[in-house]
Amino acid sequence: MKIAYYPGCTLKSTAKNFEISAIAVAKELGIEFVELSRWNCCGTVYSMTSDDVMHHLAPIRNLIRVKEDGFEKVVTLCSMCFNTLKRANILVQREREKLDKINDFMYLENIDYAGDVEVLHLLEILRDDIGWEEIMTHVKNPLNGLVFAPYYGCLLVRPPEVAIDNVEMPYVLDRLFESLGAKAIDYPYSTECCGAYNTVSNPDIVLDRTYTMVNLARQQGADAIILSCPLCDFNLEARQKKVMEKYPDFHPLPVLYFTQIMAVAFGLPENTYGFEYNSINPEGIFKKAGERL
Amino acid sequence: MELKLKPEEIRNDLVKKVEELAGVNVFACYQCGKCSSGCPSVPYMEILPNQVLRLLQFGKVERILRTNTHWVCASCFVCSTRCPKDIDIAAIMEALRQIELRKNQDYLIVRRIDTEEMKEFPPIALVSAFRKLTA
Repeated sequence: MKIAYYPGCTLKSTAKNFEISAIAVAKELGIEFVELSRWNCCGTVYSMTSDDVMHHLAPIRNLIRVKEDGFEKVVTLCSMCFNTLKRANILVQREREKLDKINDFMYLENIDYAGDVEVLHLLEILRDDIGWEEIMTHVKNPLNGLVFAPYYGCLLVRPPEVAIDNVEMPYVLDRLFESLGAKAIDYPYSTECCGAYNTVSNPDIVLDRTYTMVNLARQQGADAIILSCPLCDFNLEARQKKVMEKYPDFHPLPVLYFTQIMAVAFGLPENTYGFEYNSINPEGIFKKAGERL
Repeated sequence: MELKLKPEEIRNDLVKKVEELAGVNVFACYQCGKCSSGCPSVPYMEILPNQVLRLLQFGKVERILRTNTHWVCASCFVCSTRCPKDIDIAAIMEALRQIELRKNQDYLIVRRIDTEEMKEFPPIALVSAFRKLTA
């Protein structure tokens, strides 16, 4: 199956490990990601004020690119891109007047957007189109004995109109871990906010939250936190260095994208893991599980 | 917090502006407090989300704008998702930010960000912070 792929800015810079592993894993499962021939930043956050139509141009323009390239569906990896594209899409489906205004403004585009692109996250495709049983058949190195904290953050499950799973009790990552031979902890911070852009404006908020959230995952026996958002990853993984400076009793815990553990379990070549982009080296946890790296 | 309520201030123009921008009716709130109990940012907020709603009902927008609450909100949507009266509290926070930002006043002063720090931030952190916190 071929599907249009919208990467977003951060997957081309600090989150290359997410992109490299996702493309390899998808290929193994028979999904070809066709990167949009042109794309722009989605804006990262969905504009919530009723009179702000301007900021919906960026996501809608990307959806026009999907149509231009001959696709009806687009897949994203980054949770923020997913949320922004999907919410903007729902907005123009509901409010015809805003859609007309946006199309009028972008009169130089060859296509008038009609709200007819489906925005998907890779986890939805894994669950709904591929299925856990099929995924299990690709596992060459089961992650037996490994325990992960499933971390959805905010934007995969809220607001409910865009949620890929149960809003309060999502379990798609739990199912994925089981398919790979690993286990999920019952993690209370699974859908709790990492502090998001406070990392720039009020960094201490993020350091405190990371300290609390990572510590609990460790206390519950997790070998790593598994997530899908490059901003959550920056706050929960890269910022652990600063957490250690603030809290000397803090010990780092690996954080990985869900596609990275899939690549390891599928026994794909090491250059598809992208561990060199992880600020905390996760190789040790796989050795613990008896994996050969 | 001492408040003097004046009938003519109830649903004043600024409150109407918040209602219009956020697409909400602030009088739908019956102060159950579910927004504040779910909000992960309350330890850092000067007033709680349900207090924001109460002050809006009293017409005290300026009083809210003097606090850090709407700036600390990270738009995680827990409040909006759980509100039994379907009030989009996250959108109210956005409306409050917009009312300030549209005066061309930044909350985040970009030139004060440490240059070395700046290099570490991924695009997703910078773009979202600029979008939410600068005019």
